This record gives sequence, structure tokens and C-alpha cells, in this order.
Amino acid sequence: MYSTNYHRASSVADAVKLLKKADDGKFVSGGMTLIPAMKTRLAAPSDLVDLRHVPELKGVKISGKTVTIGAATTHAEVAANAKLASVCPAICNLAAHIGDPHVRHMGTIGGSIANNDPAADYPAALLALGATIFTNKREIAADKFFTGLFETALKDDEVITAVAFTAPAKCGYAKFPNPASRYAMTGVFVAKAKDGVRVAVTGAGEDGVFRSKEIEAALSKKFDASALEGVSVSAGTLMSDIHANAEYRANLVVVMAKRAVASANG
Amino acid sequence: MGIEGIGARVARKEDKRFITGSGRYVDDMVVPGMKHAAFVRSPHAHADIKKIDVKAAQAMPGVIAVLTGKEIKADGIGNLICGWMIHSKDGTPMKMGAWSPMAVDRVRYVGDAVAIVVAETKGQARDAAEAVEVTYKEKKSVADAVEALKKGAPQLHPEADGNLIYDWEIGDSAATDAAIAKAAHVTKMHIVNNRLVPNAMEPRAALGHYDKGEDHYTCWTTSQNPHVARLVMSAFYNVAPENKLRVIAPDVGGGFGSKIFIYPEEIVCLWASKRAGVPVKWVADRTESFLTDAHGRDHVSEVQLAFDADNRMTALKVDTVANFGAYMSLFSSSVPTYLYATLLSGQYAIPAIHANVRAVYTNTAPVDAYRGAGRPEATYLLERVVETAARELGVSPAELRRKNFIREFPYQTPVIMAYDAGDYETSLEAAMKEADYAGFEKRREKAKKAGKLRGIGMSCYIEACGIAPSAAVGSLGAGVGLWESAEVRVNAVGTIEVLTGSHSHGQGHETTFSQLVADRFGVPIDSVSIVHGDTDKVQMGMGTYGSRSGAVGMSAVVKALDKVEAKAKKIAAHLMEADEGDIVIENGELKVAGTDKSVPWFQLALAAYTAHNLPGGMEPGLKEGAFYDPTNFTFPAGCYICEVEVDPDTGETEIVQFVAADDFGNIINPMIVEGQVHGGIAQGIGQALLEGAHYDPASGQLLTASYMDYTMPRADDLPSFKVSTSNTPCPGNPLGIKGCGEAGAIGSPPAVINAITNAIGNNDLAMPATAQKVWSALKAATKH
Repeated sequence: MYSTNYHRASSVADAVKLLKKADDGKFVSGGMTLIPAMKTRLAAPSDLVDLRHVPELKGVKISGKTVTIGAATTHAEVAANAKLASVCPAICNLAAHIGDPHVRHMGTIGGSIANNDPAADYPAALLALGATIFTNKREIAADKFFTGLFETALKDDEVITAVAFTAPAKCGYAKFPNPASRYAMTGVFVAKAKDGVRVAVTGAGEDGVFRSKEIEAALSKKFDASALEGVSVSAGTLMSDIHANAEYRANLVVVMAKRAVASANG
Repeated sequence: MGIEGIGARVARKEDKRFITGSGRYVDDMVVPGMKHAAFVRSPHAHADIKKIDVKAAQAMPGVIAVLTGKEIKADGIGNLICGWMIHSKDGTPMKMGAWSPMAVDRVRYVGDAVAIVVAETKGQARDAAEAVEVTYKEKKSVADAVEALKKGAPQLHPEADGNLIYDWEIGDSAATDAAIAKAAHVTKMHIVNNRLVPNAMEPRAALGHYDKGEDHYTCWTTSQNPHVARLVMSAFYNVAPENKLRVIAPDVGGGFGSKIFIYPEEIVCLWASKRAGVPVKWVADRTESFLTDAHGRDHVSEVQLAFDADNRMTALKVDTVANFGAYMSLFSSSVPTYLYATLLSGQYAIPAIHANVRAVYTNTAPVDAYRGAGRPEATYLLERVVETAARELGVSPAELRRKNFIREFPYQTPVIMAYDAGDYETSLEAAMKEADYAGFEKRREKAKKAGKLRGIGMSCYIEACGIAPSAAVGSLGAGVGLWESAEVRVNAVGTIEVLTGSHSHGQGHETTFSQLVADRFGVPIDSVSIVHGDTDKVQMGMGTYGSRSGAVGMSAVVKALDKVEAKAKKIAAHLMEADEGDIVIENGELKVAGTDKSVPWFQLALAAYTAHNLPGGMEPGLKEGAFYDPTNFTFPAGCYICEVEVDPDTGETEIVQFVAADDFGNIINPMIVEGQVHGGIAQGIGQALLEGAHYDPASGQLLTASYMDYTMPRADDLPSFKVSTSNTPCPGNPLGIKGCGEAGAIGSPPAVINAITNAIGNNDLAMPATAQKVWSALKAATKH
């Protein structure tokens, strides 16, 4: 690891100020991807500005069906939030299966979506839930937020403050983990809300998380695993790597969608 | 056996320091004035070095020295060698290319060392290593051994035309072909044994210290055989004469074979210590370990197994291509020859066997012995083809094996090995009973109702341990003898030190070797210390690999104990005015049988050292040494049965049952043996389901160079194993033991794959059987 300067921000404004002062600074909020990248000398920020301890970024608020999760809330906190589980158990279940206990106690929802790893779990959830991402500058719809592999709509000095969504009538998540990294080799989040069915796929797309129109169409007719019998998705824009080719991932998208729907229907 | 003697489940003495973080590994060693090293490594699989500019690196903060291959060569440090000479079938010696400790004009794999930077801190050394400017001219590379043999493939070494190191054979080719020609049935398969990365918990490390005043070198290194390291570094690499070089292998966190070999880094650190005038420490990071530790396996084979009309095996023909990587590592040449092809008879009476093996250079990390070394490759090939043959012949896999078992011992195979003892039927019966083999179809039906495909697979392995009779291996080309040494020192107060040439890097020698002494003299194991791993403390020894520490290392201890016992009895007889033949040793006392006369052990020891009253002419002291050279290999064998459930939607395999029934001969500590079997099976299941080193065919980059991409087995990948042992004592050594360190890794892969292929109805499946591969194979099977 190259040497770096560590700063613990006290507020969002403080964080922005600290980043401005740095030569080549980076926000860190858990660092579950950034720190390993630094250890293998693939990243070398001059300064790290830690958002994880900013009070205004922490915590889960629930008002009726509206869920707001502070950006610095850890996966473990999301997983263990009983009130959240009563309105949207799928998101708690998803958080409970990210990485391992160490990762879940360090990693945060804001850090995860800002990094937008194409195999991360949260992007699928937020996209399927039609969530809104709040930053220190604006609100961004999930549909506009995830723009490509490790790419988001965020500007350099923009800080995610929270994500918010309306808990749908039903939702569920299923993933097939990569056997080595245990990231999603394919993960599918399905949500049935008032305005229709949304299905988002992570771990499989060439350009990162995406919505599967084929599966949304089938589930819109009937929100049941049986509606997916015989449905196939195109392998055309799916990823091929040493772990799984596009054809296999296309199969996994349908299988995981079935399991996600089954889980949503409880 | 006593509560701490032979056969007792004694808790491991060494575990307290290991599990409380008090172990002392190379990275824990600190020498005054010590500095830190980083290596500059090739980012290319194959390239000419046009220029190395070290100026910028030398000017970096904290940098003490930047040294290159040209300088190590100019100082007369020799090339690395392979210590086992193999001759091709045309009589020519193997074609060994030059391996400089740091590349001089060409790099041949990603990770090849090019320069060393010594600096005040590890971070500074790494920063400066990145500032060394190497100008490369890239060449085409080849990572696959079969591709490397093709005409027009990139050539690695001028010495090895066509990248062919040797083209070797064993057995009777004509007789084998004739038997195949008239066979009633021949099963043919293409078998690939996947390349593995050893992944010891502790990465490799070296600390070189040159003492100018004494003109003496000390090397702390992660070695399974420090004496061999000293010998090779002195005799072949010209680092220093043996009397001027001390090699210490302290606590070592796992080896699995990968720490047998002498690597460039320890040579370079010793040399750099003299050049830079400071002690130099290097510790590999995990990526360096993936890139530069010797890998294992990597065979591609064609096999034919012939049967007569009565389903008796009549011939086995094997053609294997073995990937050796970019350079010939220390024992690489012996692995796919004498440790592989000599085991191809398995547990079966096969009248004719022929194997041809071609060893090939590629632009990948060197390949050498890894847990099992050749024997897993032989077992996987044979046990897959036997199981497949049973399916083709429409007979039970157990019955086909039973019909062909060797039943009379000693048994001379057509491929050198002479099995001394065994009872394969007993292991088979034990495993089938434990696995409820008979009840499998019911379980398959039940699984089917739950939407799962259930399969069962078997593997009956044999291996050769106790490596090895020196004269025999010498005649086969080994550069060293494979005996072992021991010295038993009884101190004046009766405590005992055993100095052994074996080396423990996880095996539990401090416990099991102590149990031998406790058993013999009735003293508590806490009063026994096992000393190993330091060439200044311990007499010449050959180290630990090939499951040899029990059968060979302990046998040397037994010989030394015999001598100590004989002398102690003489002294006791003299002290108690009794006949030497009447002295018995029990519960820490020397007694005159049938009387109440006795001398406590500590008093006897004191008498030996005060020497006030010894038998006439006897030398004072109580200390004896012994060398033990085995008379034969030992032949552990067993039967493993694996049961799996495959999810047809995803191809994911779950191992629902794993049974191991082993025959290791006599056992010193059943708990440690079970631990070895568990670890071995975990590694074997890792190979079967999860692990595979993958080089990009175009660039030669190792794509599986971290745990993000290389799948190590984890606890939740494995079931609880059902293990048991039976015992046909080994007639070849005084303890009747065979060795257990590698069996699990040898026997398990074919059992797993046989189970999956049984579940999916397709015999065409390669390791690691990832979910995708199983899903594809299942799809292919259901298309027909």
C-alpha cells in the first residue's frame, strides 16, 4: 500500500472541504473495495476522507411505507433493523448476505452504490425499487444513477447522503455467488409495486446493473415463478469471464428471478 | 500405549503457540540492522530484456541497493537446477534450460524476478521497485503444454528444442498394445488434471544475513528441508560453503510441497546481504505467492483401459503431457515420472501397463510437487477410467474393482513398484458400509422428488510414501539419498531432546515424535523436546515431504532410541547388580523384572553423566544418533466414497456425504491422522470442485492471482467427513507405519467427479467441476 493521509470528516461540508484541499483525494465509506485496491497498489489516493462517521449520514428512517437509509449506514445495521424488516424484509436479507461479517460491519450502502461494482448487491435493489439517491447537491433517480461499470452520475465532490424508496407490496432478491469472491455472479431483485413490476439484475451485465424487460413483462402478467417457465433472456449483452460465460449467466438470470419471486411471495 | 504413548490421542503440544499467535515465523525474525527487500518482477509472460535503468530507483528515499541479474551472475552465483535426472526413451538426458536467480536477458513468465531493491522499509523498497525502468521487447508466449509442443510454438529455452524437456516411457509398450488389440472392451478417456496453486497460509519468506567478521551467512527461510537448502545453495548455487552457511526454517505455516524447493529469493537475499552490507528480509505478498510459488499438477492425458470378456483388466495405456512451466524446479522431473507412472497399477492386477510422458516448457510459473505429487494425477486418471469402464460394461463399480484387486502380497507391478502389504477389500467394505452404498437408489429417488440429481462415486487409491530407498532412487536419477537422521539426547536430569532431520510445518511432529519417546521410556511428553529446522543444531537430514516423516523420520528416531535404551539398561544393570536382560523400563523407571529393585529414569541419566559408577570401559553420557534408510516405499491405500446432489437449474454441486476408509498401517496419534485426512480431503475437494489456476492463453497473464478469482475451499463448501482406518502393518519399517499426509488429496478428486458424472449421466466433465461446467455437461447429456 502506498502511504496516504487519512481524514475523518465531521460533517458533509467538512468532507467536501477536506477533499478540496487534497492533491488527489478520495471519499471512503467503508472502503471494502478501495482499501484492497490500495493494498494491491492499484489505487493511490493522496488522501482518504472518511464519511463513515458523519452523524447526519447514519441511520434508517421509516415513515409509513417510505424508507430512508443514511449513506453511512452499514450493511450489518440494515440487516438487523427490525422495523425495516417489517416493511421491506428483502432489503434486510440482501444486506445480511453481502460479503462476510467483517465486510458487513465496515461496508456502507453509500459506499457500495458510489463504487457501483457490477457484481454488488445494492445496485440491483435500488434499481428494482425505483429508489432515489440523495446527495449534497441534488436527488437522482436510480434509473439515472448507475451509468456503467464502476460509473455513476456522481460528480467528484458530490456526496451521497441517503437513499430512499417506497416499500413495494412485494419484493425479493436471489443471488448466485461467485464461488471465489462470493460477489453476485448473477443476482436478481424483483419488486411488485403499485406502478408495476421492476426487475433488476446485477453481476451479469456487460455494463453493470440493468433492468430485465423480458422478465418484467412476464411477471407483470403474473407475479409468480411459474410465469417464468420457458422465458429466456438474451445472452447478447451479458458478461463472459473465467467464472461464467454469457449463456450460463442468461440461464442464471431466469433461475434467480424465479427464486426471487418465490421469496417475494413468501 | 500409555496415555501419551503410541496410539494415544494426545493433544498437539505445538498448538498453544500457534493458536495464541506466539509462533515464530520468518517474518517475526529481527536481526540488528535488518533492511527490507522488494523484487522487480516481469509483467510479461515472455520478453527480451533490452535495458534495466536503476538510477531513478537508487535515488528514492531509503534505498540502500538496487541489484540485477547481471551483477549476481558476475559474482559467480549459479543457476537454479533440477536435482533428478530423467533420460528420454532415446537415452538422451533431459533438456534443462538455464534459470538465473534473476533474469539476465530474457523473462519467461509473469513474475520472473528481474531485480531486487533493498531499502529501509518495505514500503520504500516497493516504491523504488516500481521506479526501476526495465525496457522489454515482448515475445509471443505459450501457457498451455499441448500448444507448446506444436510446431511454430514460441520457444522458451535454446537447450530444449520444441519446448520438450523429455519424452520418457515406462512399461512394456508392445505387450500393452497387443493386449489392447485383443481386448473384449476398451474404455478410452481424455483426462485433464487441473493446475493448482498451493496457497500455504504463510507466504514464502527469506532473511539473509552475511556476517562480515565471521565471513558467514545465515538464512532464515520457509523451508520443508533446511539441510537440503543448505546443500543445494552451497554445492550448486555457490552462495557459500556449507560450513559458512546456516539455514534455519523456524515455524513454517504450511508447505504442501511448495516449500521443498529452493527458490531464487533466498539465494538473492543471501547474496544481496553481502553486496549491500545489511541483513535483507523479503516476505512475499499473496499476489507474489500466486505468481511465483511452484504450482502443482497440470497434466493432459489420453488413457485406454482394456478388459477381457470376464471384465478382468488386461492392459493400461497412458499418454501424458506434463506442463513444467518456465523453468525446471528442484524435483519437477520426478513428479510425472517416478511419482506418477509407477503408481498407475493402482490397486489392480494389470498384466501390461505402458505410460509415455512428455515434459514441456511453457510461459507459466514453474510446476513441481504439490501434496501427493504425481500420485493424485495417477489416481485421478485410473479411478475415473475404472468407474467409467464399469458404466460402459454395465457392472457395479464396486464389483469391477473387487474383481481386479491385487490380493496377494508382495505384488510386483509392471511399473517398478513392489507393493509390500495391503487389504483393499477391507477398505472397500468399510467405506461401502459407512456410506450405505446399498441404500443409494432410495436416496436418489428421494432427491429426485425434491428436484435434485443425486450421484455416488468411488475411488480406490494407492500411493507410495516413505520416500525413499536411497540406492533405488539413486539408480532412477535422484541427486540425493532419501534417508533420515535422528539424535536422541538424554540430558543429565533425564529430560530428552530429539534432534530430527524431519521438519514440521503443520504436521505435529513435536507431539508425535515425543509420543515415541514417552512410549519407550514412560516419561511424560512434556519432558521431551523435538529440535528441528536448524542446520547448526541438527545433524544432516533430508526434510519432510512425500509423507515420509513417520515412515522414515520416526524410524531413525526408533533406531536412536534402541541405542539409548540398550546403554541405559547396561547402566541400570550395573547399578542394581542385575543381569542386563532382566532390566525392564516402565513408567519412568528401570526395574529388575520380578523384584522391587528400580532406578528412576532421571537418576539413571544423572549416573550416565556423573560417570562415578559406570560399567567398566563405558563412555560417559547418554546420547545416540542414527540414520535410517528405508528398504522400500510404503503403500497406504484406501477407499473413498462421495455422494453429491446437483441442482439441475444452476449446476451447483453439494457434497452431501464423504466417506474415507484408509489403511495407514500402525498409527501413532489417531487425532493427528484424522486431521491430516480431513485437510487432504479438503484440498482434494478443492481441486475437484473449486480450484484452478488459469493463465490467459493470449497474454500469459495469471487471471487467478488472488482469492477474488482463485477459489479456495471454505468450511461451508465441505460436509463433515466420515473417516475410519484399518491396519495392515507395513513390514518395511520398525513402527509398521505407512504415512497419511497426502492420502486425502490423492483419493478424493476422482470420488467427487465420479459422483457428479453419476448424477448427471455424462462422463465428460473436467475439474474443477464448477457450476457452469456441470450445467453445461448436464445440458449436453440431456440433448441426446
